[in-house]
Amino acid sequence: MTVQTAISVRADPRSPAGRPGTRTAVVLAVLALATAGVASVLVGARLIPPGVVLDPSDPLHAIAAARVDRTLLGLTVGGALGLVGALMQGLTRNPLADPGILGVNAGASFAMVLAISAFGVTDLHSYVWWAFAGAAVAMVLVHAVASAGRDGATPVKVAIAGAALTAAVSSWTSGVLLTDRQTMESFRFWQVGTIGGRASDVLLVGLPFLAVGAVLALTSARSLNALALGDDLARGLGRRVALDRLVIGVAVVLLAGAATALAGPVAFVGLIVPHGVRAVVGPDYRRVLPLSLAYGAVLVLVADVVGRVVLPPAEVQVGIMTAVVGVPVFLRLVRRGRIGAL
Amino acid sequence: MTNPAHPPPSRLVTREVSLGYDDKPVVVDLSTDLPDGQTTVIVGANACGKSTLLRGMARLLRPSGGAILLDGQEIATLPSRQVARTLGLLPQNPVTPDGVSVVDLVGRGRHPHQGAFRRWSRGDEAAVAQALELTDTIDVADRLVDELSGGQRQRVWIALALAQQTDLLLLDEPTTYLDVAHQVEVLDLLADLNEARGTTIVMVLHDLNLAARYAGHLVAMRDGRIVAAGPPREVITEDCVRDIFGMESRVIEDPVTATPMVIPLGRRSRTLHDRRTA
Repeated sequence: MTVQTAISVRADPRSPAGRPGTRTAVVLAVLALATAGVASVLVGARLIPPGVVLDPSDPLHAIAAARVDRTLLGLTVGGALGLVGALMQGLTRNPLADPGILGVNAGASFAMVLAISAFGVTDLHSYVWWAFAGAAVAMVLVHAVASAGRDGATPVKVAIAGAALTAAVSSWTSGVLLTDRQTMESFRFWQVGTIGGRASDVLLVGLPFLAVGAVLALTSARSLNALALGDDLARGLGRRVALDRLVIGVAVVLLAGAATALAGPVAFVGLIVPHGVRAVVGPDYRRVLPLSLAYGAVLVLVADVVGRVVLPPAEVQVGIMTAVVGVPVFLRLVRRGRIGAL
Repeated sequence: MTNPAHPPPSRLVTREVSLGYDDKPVVVDLSTDLPDGQTTVIVGANACGKSTLLRGMARLLRPSGGAILLDGQEIATLPSRQVARTLGLLPQNPVTPDGVSVVDLVGRGRHPHQGAFRRWSRGDEAAVAQALELTDTIDVADRLVDELSGGQRQRVWIALALAQQTDLLLLDEPTTYLDVAHQVEVLDLLADLNEARGTTIVMVLHDLNLAARYAGHLVAMRDGRIVAAGPPREVITEDCVRDIFGMESRVIEDPVTATPMVIPLGRRSRTLHDRRTA
């Protein structure tokens, strides 16, 4: 039975030799995270010298401290969005999947605005649950609408259903905000995502959910690798497909819901980042997931820093910056015609 | 129930099994034994239930009645992983992940042998190397699957199934979309495997003549039931072909392999025949 062969294959998906790009991608991710993190603390309407961060007596220290909070928030939200994009693309085998495009962020953000405006919910601890509910409902709804018809939930139909839901739900969100001045004042950023101007304890509320979501996500790499071969083959390899989908779905709702609760709807991060990562390290989710997390954080931080300096004295919000970069990438993916080939 | 010294001649059997989709029965009360160490080919007209039967045996469909037994135990109640280590499946339309290399794809066949925390082992590496060697795909191991020809690609999928190292291998129309040369190439490969490893092979095929050549055991189906089963020489007769396909034919001996060979007789061919003999 066991014919020993002398041929050695570089089959270990974890070995750096397997893909020449993997080691480079990891090193670059570390460098980029460090650079973007430092820039995010120091760069803005006012440039801050590095020493100020550690010197509480300096008059600029308060700005530096706020920027540190903002940077941590950006890292967390960006990581979550990068990860959730990779998860959704794997779950639906749809290269256009992204929590922004498929309506998940819009659903979460509408549920929160509704909670604040109609139910008088005031603290983040309560409305984060509304975000999860909104994200889950949007996900189920988009899938149900896209599944109608003969050929089922094709990538393009899912994207169209998601875009339609996003448009509808965003207009409801605008409607609520426009007629309710008080809600509008404090929660404008749920129309466009931003990581600026948030209380420092906001992150602590979202963190447990994001941590659970990230653990579920990172442990789903094996099941995503099997699901990528089609449901039949995944079952043939011993996966319990329905259970796997449920676990991944819960991770998506936790990550996208919490990220939206913290920053509002930020689109396209989850679309661009996993595609870039896959182009360098290949389609193995054991590498795609952690690297999408890292590069998602980098992209959101960079978008935030650039948004602070492009139109002085105003700040361009992160959600707008990522859309500026994301739309051309989205169009290129659609035009390349490799849809459905995940 | 089973004596290890005298293993039962058939590890995979169905007992009055009924299979279908949404309460629409496709396979009805079907009982059959698939002989160990042989190549079984299931044939029949379109929509006769042959693929449905294969899907049921691969545990992709839960029987609505009766049972499918693997090593004497009902397959639906066995743990997924245990089944995946005994019985491999190559479905009709597997999805090629974008940008996947041959060696990465074949390596995914090791899935049921790995745990969440078990790293890639020497055994995994040997299994993949052997699968690539047997399917003659070792030269393209580092290429992207998308770049390969249809025949090469099908060999890579078979390599994935081989890397799974199962005693039984089910294949749903493994020769679809291939030209005749590649069809023969794939079937030769499967015959080699059956001979070299003693792997029990069960597959659905459309081409009766190829089925007759490569099958040790042939199962002919119509309307969700078995019409005839046994060695091709006994199963493939003019009566049987009429029974399965509703078509007249002439069955002669294949001049190369001495297996039965079906010459279809359509309306036109009969006119031509009469004209020639007149």
